[in-house]
Amino acid sequence: MQRPTSRREFLRAAGAAAGLGLAAAIAVRPAEATPAAMQDAIRKVVGTARVSPGRVKLDLPPLVENGNTVPLAVSVESAMTEADHVRAIHVFTEKNPQPDVVGFRFGPRAGRASVATRVRLADTQTVIAIAELSDGSFWSASVAVVVTLAACLEEA
Amino acid sequence: MRPVAAAVWAIVVAASVFADEIPPAERRSGYDFMSRETRAMQDDEIANPGMLWVLEGASLWQRKIGTAARACADCHGDARASMAAVAARYPAFDAERGRPINLEQRINACRVARQGAPALSWESRELLALTAHVARQSRGLPIGVTVDARTQPFLDAGRATFRRRQGQLNLACSQCHDDHWGRQLAGNVIPQAHPTGYPIYRLEWQSLGSLQRRLRGCLVGIRAEPYDYGAPELVDLELYLMWRARGMTFEAPAVRP
Amino acid sequence: MANALISVPARARRGEIIEIKTLVSHPMETGYRRTQLGARIPRDIIRLFVCTYNGTEIFRAELHPAIAANPFIVFPTVATESGTLTFQWTGDNGFSATESAAITVE
Repeated sequence: MQRPTSRREFLRAAGAAAGLGLAAAIAVRPAEATPAAMQDAIRKVVGTARVSPGRVKLDLPPLVENGNTVPLAVSVESAMTEADHVRAIHVFTEKNPQPDVVGFRFGPRAGRASVATRVRLADTQTVIAIAELSDGSFWSASVAVVVTLAACLEEA
Repeated sequence: MRPVAAAVWAIVVAASVFADEIPPAERRSGYDFMSRETRAMQDDEIANPGMLWVLEGASLWQRKIGTAARACADCHGDARASMAAVAARYPAFDAERGRPINLEQRINACRVARQGAPALSWESRELLALTAHVARQSRGLPIGVTVDARTQPFLDAGRATFRRRQGQLNLACSQCHDDHWGRQLAGNVIPQAHPTGYPIYRLEWQSLGSLQRRLRGCLVGIRAEPYDYGAPELVDLELYLMWRARGMTFEAPAVRP
Repeated sequence: MANALISVPARARRGEIIEIKTLVSHPMETGYRRTQLGARIPRDIIRLFVCTYNGTEIFRAELHPAIAANPFIVFPTVATESGTLTFQWTGDNGFSATESAAITVE
């Protein structure tokens, strides 16, 4: 699949082909999500609005010792006032069995739009954070993470 | 010490330091091989999931159980005082059994003999919680098991197990952990295998677990038949590993990948 | 299992942004793992985390199986008044846990 150059173009192109892609995903039920499934999950949150890269800072270690527990931190530049604040931050992955990771909801009482947690990553992949602002705009950041597996896996 | 005794002692000490052992100054805890993020997870007591077991252990410590209707606290009082430095000196010799026992065995021995309660099963939630609570009271202290005429034979047996080739891969623990520590094995760094932080919250397990669980996992990894939980071979190996880590800082409950 | 660990500053100045750390005990079974016999282990996760400050919701997180076991969430809030912060986790199989912490705001 030819990758467009920018995140915005990618989302537009994938959105255009969404109808076909969605039908295929339901019929086949792949063991892992695909970039198309992730795009679909993003669209459920974003609708037809445009997602612009920027204003979001997504922190993940570039190389992870164990995909079971990966520290993740997201923050968004925002004054966090009643008039102008971050309403939500959503996190998605492209290769986990499901694309949704977590959705955080904020208000002006947060003081700042920042949150940290620990996530699971099934494989080396890209993680995307999308912030929804009170003015209805969406901003994003993405990070590529390399996930190594434990050398000696014990029996469960 | 008289000169002759001192000379004999010096020879004994020299003979017990094999050429292959990691020089004391080069010993590193598994902590040093971890990423910055995993270290932060261990250091922050709110971020460290092992603390959830410590907290439960603290609550179990107060619970009156068994035919004696007695709590750990009834004899031992506040664990922060009574259990300080205890985990760092286990396995320890038990006169009744005539051999060293580990911390889990000590806790179960107390339950049976003093509380009239049944022993807890290996890796059970409760046993891990009590062990974690006791071990937490040694955090920051130097490891120091007692080696004397009584424990020496068991220490030697543990060392022999550490150096013995085992399993289908015909590997000895020492080959990875003495000779090749710091190098990569399938994307992970090989640590020196010092039990500085048990029981550990292992990311691979997504749970807290004991040193014996880790040792059995390693044995499975080299395709050897793992000794049963509580087997003398495992306790002797624990004793040897703790002696090998003598003087290093105890970190329980540690976080490890 | 001990339910949760919370870190909230005991005191803060009015208007100060404080950081709250929460750690709750839960396996977050994804629903994708299988037993050694091949049977699927059913999903069992915390789905929702809500924090209220003197009764007003100030933060919420919707969790999916990709959140690591023993969920750890760190988030900020403005210290507006003295009172109680309440934390509630709910999830599959009727899971529910509640913790609270007091804060003095001067």
